[in-house]
Amino acid sequence: MNDATTTAPVISIPRYAGLSLRTWKAIGLVALAAGAVTLPFLISNYRVFQFNMVLVYTIVLLGLNMLTGYNGQISLGHGAFYAIGAYTAAILMDRFGWPYWATLPVAGAVCFVSGFLFGLPALRLRGHYLALATFALTVAMPQILKYKHIEHWTGGVQGIVIVKPDPPFGLKITPDQWLYLFTLAILAVMLLIAWNLLRGRVGRAMVAIRDHPIAAEAMGVNSALVKTLTFGVSALYTGVAGALGAIVVQFVAPDSFTAVLSINFLVGIVIGGIASISGALYGALFIQFIPNFADQISKAAPWAIYGVFLLVFVYLMPTGVAGFIRMVVGKLMRRHAPA
Amino acid sequence: MEAFLHQVLSGLATGGIYASLALALVMIYQSTNHINFAQGEMAMFSTYLAWDMINHGMPYWGAFVCTVAISFVAGIIIERLIIRPVENAPVLSVVVVFIALLVIFNSVAGWIYTYTIKTFPSPFPQQPLFGNRFISSHELGAIGVTLAVLVLLYVFFRFTTLGLAMRAAAQNQVSSRLVGIRVGWMLALGWGLAASVGAIAGMLVAPIIYLEPNMMSGVLLYAFAAALVGGIDNPFGAVLGGFAVGVLENLVGAYVIGTELKLTVALVLIIGVLLVKPTGLFGKVFVTRV
Repeated sequence: MNDATTTAPVISIPRYAGLSLRTWKAIGLVALAAGAVTLPFLISNYRVFQFNMVLVYTIVLLGLNMLTGYNGQISLGHGAFYAIGAYTAAILMDRFGWPYWATLPVAGAVCFVSGFLFGLPALRLRGHYLALATFALTVAMPQILKYKHIEHWTGGVQGIVIVKPDPPFGLKITPDQWLYLFTLAILAVMLLIAWNLLRGRVGRAMVAIRDHPIAAEAMGVNSALVKTLTFGVSALYTGVAGALGAIVVQFVAPDSFTAVLSINFLVGIVIGGIASISGALYGALFIQFIPNFADQISKAAPWAIYGVFLLVFVYLMPTGVAGFIRMVVGKLMRRHAPA
Repeated sequence: MEAFLHQVLSGLATGGIYASLALALVMIYQSTNHINFAQGEMAMFSTYLAWDMINHGMPYWGAFVCTVAISFVAGIIIERLIIRPVENAPVLSVVVVFIALLVIFNSVAGWIYTYTIKTFPSPFPQQPLFGNRFISSHELGAIGVTLAVLVLLYVFFRFTTLGLAMRAAAQNQVSSRLVGIRVGWMLALGWGLAASVGAIAGMLVAPIIYLEPNMMSGVLLYAFAAALVGGIDNPFGAVLGGFAVGVLENLVGAYVIGTELKLTVALVLIIGVLLVKPTGLFGKVFVTRV
């Protein structure tokens, strides 16, 4: 018996044009990153601002997707955490003269703690009940921010105006371009953390709790801890994004954080793709650009057009844009796979 | 004491309206496990239809009946055309479909009827009935109509074959199909009924909060809360929840915190209830088999 001569069965890795799916993914990622870095130098300042908001929303949707997509806890309240992050940044910059970059960790920490604390009672609720509880949070947020006894912090109905930061080190770029690149760097870090978190033990525990809570407990997953921590981390992402959003928009006011914002976030993860990291980007593009696009089609009833877009997306891509792309790629790969 | 009684009674009147809408939510929830976020906007649109008919010279009750009938048909059409294709889609996709319906109805109403606030007539006399000082005729009438609707629905579901078939379809689709019930049509009928009940709620609340495309957002939130507090799978619980939320909202606004934070406080109280009883006061507690 000579084992060396018997050839091991070759696992046919699907290839396209001679490269494996993994290589293609890496190439795509590098191209995307290169495109994202050069983008602000090719378009007008207003467009840079819009794409900056796309990056901010991507961070939010990453966080929300962890909670709702991977862990199965429906949240209609992420607008509230976004508001907390935004106000933390605005108050620190306006009242205490902090530099903009230093506010991000604080906003993240404040939101992590509030998310964790909110996650504790939320443990008892599931499905629609949790959706109501989180929705109550988001409905209450503008009223709390307007509350007159904290007005000297929050500026009441007027809100707070923030100064746009200048590019550092004497860089010859506009403040908008600088902020875009700054946000992009933060997003890259947050993406890396999310990716590492979700593909590892914690990510598996989150999915296990979503799919079968009892089996997950039986396997030794500390369900309560994982769920509340997921809530906290999800709120942390949203809070950092909120702080970035406040700096980009240069303004916070209670009425920019209405329930519509939270609903938009949920729409974003569904359209982008539930439980998918890349889906966050597609969803962010949708919630940033489709309302504008709808407005261009019909000034009279823009939201009706927006609603039609939502229906079309859900009908054509029930698993979101990310799911649709995965399906198309899978088909391509199979067609070109060696028989 | 007099003021307190007044607050309680007018709370009961708005509570009745929340109860009707909560009932509409429960009807759809029971058969499909979906919460129809567009229920409020559908009711708002129906109310505009009624307003249009009355403005074109139709008597109030004629318009009332026509609106209920049109809403019934529209509900069935919406179920057949828009909800049916996503029947087996993930829950969150269905939620997005409901959000889409919500913005479409809202936007189209604003487009056709503009966003200016309109008054909506009440069929009940201006003067309080029976010379009482606690409750206006419209509020009393709203309670009456709500109760009448509830009794009618109860009789329909309890004593007619069609009602029985609908209950069966909601409870067990496979077995219902085996005994020859057309489950798909039962679900569509449920949507039609829910749309009609919603339309009645809309027409009753419009004289109080005035007619405008965003009028139902607060009402729907309270109805949603009422349904959950009462137990979303229990119609009686939802109705009781509706009345309770209405009274609670009024009392909290009048005595505890003032109107600016009353929505917040009401919601916090509701969540407090849910934390103690996570499936609502009268909801079924599900025991999962391992």
